[in-house]
Parts: sequence; C-alpha cells; structure tokens
Amino acid sequence: MSKLHTKRTFLYTLKASLVITEKNARIYYLKAPVIIFGILFPVFFFLAFALGKKVIPFILVPGLVAMTLFFTSSSVGPLITPWERNAKTYERLLASPVSLSSILLGDMLAGVIFGVIISSIPLTIGILFFNAKFFHPLFLAGNIVLSSLCFSSLGVLLASPAAEAPSQVMMLSSLVRFPLIFISGIFIPLDKLPFWGKVIAFISPLTYTVDAMKYSLYDLKSYPAFINILALLFFSFVFFSIALKMHRKNLIKVL
Amino acid sequence: MSESSVIQVSNLKKVYGKTVAVDNVSFEVKKGEIFGFLGPNGAGKTTTIRMLTGVILPDEGEAKILGIDIKEDPISVKKIMGVVPEVCNVYVDLSSWDNMILTGKIYGVKRKEREEKAEELLKKFGLWERKDEKTRKFSKGMKQRLILAMSLIHEPKILFLDEPTSGLDVQSTRMIRKIIEELRLKGKTIFLTTHNIEEANLLCDRIAIINKGKIVAIDSPEKLKSTFKRMQSVEVAFDRIPEDIRWLHSIPYVNECKKLGDKFRVYTKDPDSLIKELVNFAEKNNLKFISLNTLGPSLEDVFVALTEKVEAKYHE
Ligand SMILES: Nc1ncnc2c1ncn2[C@@H]1O[C@H](COP(=O)(O)OP(=O)(O)OP(=O)(O)O)[C@@H](O)[C@H]1O
Ligand SMILES: [Mg+2]
Repeated sequence: MSKLHTKRTFLYTLKASLVITEKNARIYYLKAPVIIFGILFPVFFFLAFALGKKVIPFILVPGLVAMTLFFTSSSVGPLITPWERNAKTYERLLASPVSLSSILLGDMLAGVIFGVIISSIPLTIGILFFNAKFFHPLFLAGNIVLSSLCFSSLGVLLASPAAEAPSQVMMLSSLVRFPLIFISGIFIPLDKLPFWGKVIAFISPLTYTVDAMKYSLYDLKSYPAFINILALLFFSFVFFSIALKMHRKNLIKVL
Repeated sequence: MSESSVIQVSNLKKVYGKTVAVDNVSFEVKKGEIFGFLGPNGAGKTTTIRMLTGVILPDEGEAKILGIDIKEDPISVKKIMGVVPEVCNVYVDLSSWDNMILTGKIYGVKRKEREEKAEELLKKFGLWERKDEKTRKFSKGMKQRLILAMSLIHEPKILFLDEPTSGLDVQSTRMIRKIIEELRLKGKTIFLTTHNIEEANLLCDRIAIINKGKIVAIDSPEKLKSTFKRMQSVEVAFDRIPEDIRWLHSIPYVNECKKLGDKFRVYTKDPDSLIKELVNFAEKNNLKFISLNTLGPSLEDVFVALTEKVEAKYHE
C-alpha cells in the first residue's frame, strides 16, 4: 500500500510542478527583468568582451553557450517568488494543494526550459559559423540539461530572501551571478588564473559547464567527463535543498 | 466531538516573536454552517485562517478538517477547501478564463469539468462577457468576484473567506453575500472572518468573537445579543431638543444615554419603565414625540462590551 501511495504522491508532485511550470512560462518569460538580465545582459557583456580581440572559436563558442545557459536559466527563478508576493498571488498558491517543494520544482523547471531554449541560439550559431561540432552529442545534451538544472536551482535559491520588492532580489542575484563568469574559464582560461581564482573556479558550477562545453563541441579536454557531471549534480542538489529550506523559513516573513 | 463537525480546532497557538497572535484557540464548525470569526484589527483572524488552510504551521495544537489533521496530510485537506485570503489577487497577466482554468489545473480538476465549471461560474459572477480580457484593468470588485469564482472551481466542501467583502462597493458586497448564502443552501460549510459586525449578524449561523488572540465568546448572533439584556435601549426623538437631559441619567435603571443627531439613545435593562418615564417627561416639558423605538442590544454593543472586558482585564 505504502509503495503505491509513494508512487501516486510522486506522480502527483510532478504533475503539480508541471502546472506551476506552465504558469511560470506564460507569465514570467516575457517580464522585463527576465529579458534584460537573462538575454540582453549576457549578449552585451559578451560582445563587449569579445570585441577588439581576435576571435578564437573554441574559447568563444563554449563560453557563449555556457554563459547564456547560466544567465537565462538563473534569471527566471529570482523573479517568480518575489513577484508573486508583490502581486499578492503567493498566499493563494500556498493555500492550494501543491506543496512548497512542488512549487519550487515548478519554478526550477521553468528556468530549465527557458535556459535550454534560449541557449540553443548561440549553439546553432557556433555550429553554423564557428566550426563547433557535435563531438559528443549525448554528453552535450546531458551537460545542457544538468547545467540549466543547476543554474535554475541557483535562481530559485536567490529568490528566497524576504525582500520587499522584486527589484531588490534581482539586484542581489546579479551581484552573485556576475563575478562567477570571470572565474569560470569563460574569458580567462583556468590555468591563467591566480591560485585564489582557481579555488573559486573550483566552487563555481559554471566552471564545469564551460569545461564540458569545450569537450563536447571542440573535443578539448581538461576534467574527466564524470567529474563535470557529478559536480553539476552535486551543485543542483545543494542549491535546491538550501532553496527549499530558505523559502520555508522566510515564507512567514513575507506574508 | 460530534459527527457533523467539519472543522475541529483544539488549542491552536501561534507566536510571532513576542506577539501571541493566536492564543490557545479551540472551536468546532458544523456541516452546512456559516461560521464567522469576528474581531478587531490584529485580533488573530488571519493567522487562524492561515493555520487552518495549511499556509503556516501552528506552534501548538491541532486542526482537523473532516477528521484529517492538516499537519499530517495537507494536500488532501487543501483539495477539499476553497480559500480566499485576506490580501490576494488574480494573475493580472492572464484573462479571467485563464485564471479559472489555471486554478482548475492546480486543484487537479479534469479538463472537461474545469471548462464547464469555469463557464458556469464566470456566468454566475457576471464576468462571462469579459472572459478573454486580461484582468489587469478589472475593478477591485470584479477581481474579488473572480477570486471567489476561482476558489469554487473544484467544488470545495468548505470555504475559507478572509474578509471577503472588505473595501468593496455595495453591489459587489451584496453579490458576494448572496453567493455565500446560496453556497450554504447547497450544504457547503463556510468559515469567514470579518470586522464588519453587521455582516456577521446577517450571514452567520454562529460567531466567534476573537480579541488579542483569544476567543471571548462563541454563539449565534441572537443568543450573543440576549446575554446582554442590560444593553437594550430606547431611541427617542422629540419635536425639539429638551434643554435639560440630565434627568435621564438620574433614572435608576438607565445605564447610559447618548445623543445621536436629533435623537437620544438610552440604554436600560427595563425599557417598559423607561418609556413610562419618558412619557411623563414629555408631558411635563410640553414635548411632542416624533419617534420612539425599543431596540435590542446590537451585535456591535455586544462586541464592544466583550472586547473591552478583555481590555480591562489586561490592564489590571
Ligand atoms: N507574518 C507576521 N509576522 C509577525 N507578526 C505577525 C505576522 N502576521 C501577523 N502578525 C501579528 O499577529 C497578530 C495577529 O494578526 P492577524 O493578521 O492574524 O490579525 P487579524 O485579526 O487578521 O487583523 P486584521 O483585521 O487587521 O486583518 C498581530 O499583532 C500581527 O501584528
Ligand atoms: Mg486579517
């Protein structure tokens, strides 16, 4: 009986999460902060950095795809909960038969889908114009999914502080996200970083995405593939668990 | 605990920092009842509703809905209730139709049912003509009606409404009250909070008066009033305002006397003797009666008496 019950609960949770995901996609993908922080920012940022330098495809393309994944996946999460609180739709959601973990799972999935869709643009550009190839297609797919999972969990975590306005949360989340792109091997190769840079790179999930991207698109290699996968899984798990705890703790402060 | 009770609350408590928002509250709500939670601002009404609807966890005590402990199986419990929180809104980026459908999906209502129910409810709430319009520009009353409609899409057995009519105009208020009454006729159980005494009086089968987190009285509106006999009053208006009204206070069975516009309201536990005195007084002073009414205690009087009693106790 309990096994059946567990199965039913799991399916129910998943189904509930998907409804939440659908809601998020319809309402939040087109919100200005998502477009600005998730799409325009990385593009401009990258252009500013790449211009005036000689374009080296195997640095440019993996970096661009990884950065897009990073920014888009993590831009949806920080918006949703603060926005719902502000728009007074949050309490009704909490009173509905959807657990907080399903709600957050739905928020995370919204980030995953957004990240995967948008990052297919730089990926296509890389394939068409910059010699990127599907050297390891399965690994590439896994990397994209796992990375967006990881970054959107980070986004959900960043949504947890009990701030007054959504803009405060967006600001905080930018503050956390921007530094990461400098120490994750996108613009500056890891071996050129000083020691402390290498240490931070080690604890930045983006490092593993970039590394895996170089491997799957240009067959360049530094870490073994399983390390990348394990690292991304590990970070996803950690971010999501902390997010769940923090959201639960801060829930009452914002009602 | 009787068979028919739908909500059973025992020793519920919630503390925020140093504030005891809800202090050891116990009560039962029977099937088909409209149960009102009446109390001043900050009394703990919203906090109680939040605990009953599984939005927050109580620090102590338990709440059972149809026999199921809300802590143990929140999802099952939430499925059988409709909730309209005190401060809430629809998704303004979606149309009223999409808001209804989304709510239906969240509550796990099957496609065909949710579409039929959405149509029925939108028509009933006077929102059908504008069902495809984004709700951003809807008036407050329209939004509140839509929220109530959304809370009904899964045919809940119990409805929790936190100040459902506050801040609405007369028309929307009447519509919502009418619907609440219809829902009761259909056998739904309704728990509502209000600080509008008249609303509690009109709608509720039973009322709990809550003050500073504690329930100070639970009973039907009429019984609550009748326990306050001393608060009966006589309202009188003469053709002119008599100069000396101090004599009114000197009558032994008069508790209090108030001037309300061109009328006087005199509180007494013995209206009969008071009226005789008034007639005497009018004759002596050559006054003509314009109106004379005896009034039972209003719920407001009862409310003030009860909440002030607690106040006095606190200051001891
Ligand atoms: N999230 C919270 N954090 C801290 N204190 C709170 C919180 N929510 C309520 N309180 C406090 O708990 C007490 C009860 O508040 P509650 O909102 O339940 O009152 P209420 O009866 O609904 O009042 P109102 O008629 O104004 O809606 C108040 O003193 C309030 O300040
Ligand atoms: Mg309240």
